[in-house]
Amino acid sequence: MTDFLQQVINAISLGGTYALLALGLAIVFSIFGLINFAHGDLMTIAGYTIFFSLQAGMPFLLAALLGVLAAGVAAVLMERVAFRPLRGEGVPTLLLASLAVSIILQTLFQTLISARPKAIPTPSVLTSTVSIGSLNIAVVQIVSIGVTLMLLAALSWCLRKTTLGIAMRAAADNFPVVRLMGINANRVIAMAFFVSGILAGAAAVLWVAARGSVEPAMGLLPMFKAFIAAILGGLGSLSGAVVGGFALGAIEIAFQALLPESLGRYQDALIFVAVILVLVWRPNGLVGTGHDNGIRLKISRLRRRGGGRSEAEAAS
Amino acid sequence: MTDAREPLLTVEQLHVSYGSIVAVRDLDLEVFPGEIVTLLGPNGAGKSSTLNAIMGCTRASANAIRFDGADVRDEPVERRVRRGMALSPEGRQVFENLTVMENLRLGGASQGKAHGGPAAFDEVTELFPILRDRRDQQAGTLSGGQQQQLAIARALMSRPRLVLLDEPSLGLAPTIVDAIFELIAKLHDRGITIVLVEQNVTRSLEIADRGYVLEGGRVVMSGTAAELHEAGDELVGAYLGIGG
Repeated sequence: MTDFLQQVINAISLGGTYALLALGLAIVFSIFGLINFAHGDLMTIAGYTIFFSLQAGMPFLLAALLGVLAAGVAAVLMERVAFRPLRGEGVPTLLLASLAVSIILQTLFQTLISARPKAIPTPSVLTSTVSIGSLNIAVVQIVSIGVTLMLLAALSWCLRKTTLGIAMRAAADNFPVVRLMGINANRVIAMAFFVSGILAGAAAVLWVAARGSVEPAMGLLPMFKAFIAAILGGLGSLSGAVVGGFALGAIEIAFQALLPESLGRYQDALIFVAVILVLVWRPNGLVGTGHDNGIRLKISRLRRRGGGRSEAEAAS
Repeated sequence: MTDAREPLLTVEQLHVSYGSIVAVRDLDLEVFPGEIVTLLGPNGAGKSSTLNAIMGCTRASANAIRFDGADVRDEPVERRVRRGMALSPEGRQVFENLTVMENLRLGGASQGKAHGGPAAFDEVTELFPILRDRRDQQAGTLSGGQQQQLAIARALMSRPRLVLLDEPSLGLAPTIVDAIFELIAKLHDRGITIVLVEQNVTRSLEIADRGYVLEGGRVVMSGTAAELHEAGDELVGAYLGIGG
């Protein structure tokens, strides 16, 4: 029983990190039609910001906040520099552009900082454990779960109660008409990127706190996992991204706990098989419906409305 | 009589094309304050393209698009909305995943809290009592007629002086069509200037002051509603695409 509870906590804390990342991917995709392969590099930016802030003698909490903020600002800059000129260009172009951004950033980290991991000393509070009955829980996991739930709640509130948040949901539904409401398109998109960056930054803090180092390709693996989580939940659906994140966390932990040691090295392959089986069962993802899912639908919608391109040009 | 006043909207030599397809060419249009002006013509005549170009939703070239004395040609959609123009787009296009209330809130977003908030909501829903009853319902679950009302109400939330209505009666049952035209007449009574694109020629000419008949992207006929009504046969010719 204790063992089981321990695994549940592991699943929630790992799944929560995936959920934050997947949600960031989904917000940008649903509004902009971009699968941002540079999303993981926002994590890395947050990681290095934390590293250098700690080097400068700042307390961990302040360094973490700066890291989150840096990821948010970097996401906005990314959109401004790399994606805005391509707005409305279609999914493949945007996807390749984000891949280019990712490669450029990773090369910069390698040449300007170091190809090797930099240690980030986590405060001893985080590495300690608390005992509840016979259960030993790492503080970092409690913090991780708490931060994730708080962020999800705050974001959900913003998306429902603030005009900009409602506009972001509407933009996922029908972007051209949002502009007809007199709402500045650039502001909605910049906000979407900022939120996705903040979420990536928060995920980076949790990631770094659990692993204790940062390296140029740090964001790569979690970004792929988040991408899988977003598809698992239903690409383009925000609630789907969260569900997909937690589901992937649960699948991973279950395989870790249940697989016999001899099969241990096939773990990732088996996880992907499980994900594929889920998608065979529900092709639009766990939450996704035919409506807000599907890249094809999105493009045809843009074309039907007189072409995304002219709209994009009018916006800039 | 109207000539003594300054037009609220002036369009000179409007040209809209999508790739190599020309949708609107050399179109001149004037709308005076308080008027209902209707754009008539067969499918593909360029009516919707004209409205979209006036609003800035489509790339277009023109010698001038003047609203209230200011040339808005190079302004993005959102600035035109803030100047007091609004479009209720073809096919309604309400935000289906949002509630009625949220749709209306976005409609008033350009006005800031003071003007776009509860006051505008009360004012607008006075005309659309059904929307008040259904304020927390998802817009996608409304009937076609209700969605059309929501689309118009949403456009009104920015307190526009000029409203462009693109086929508001499209696909609606006859009794609902009656209600929509009654509603347009009410907006007119409130002093809102309206450009109405319609397939329903007779009904449009009944409530309009003036009209333009478009075919193949050009204006083939224009005049007062009475004049156009008298020219009935010719109008039908233009509609069927064999005359004009």
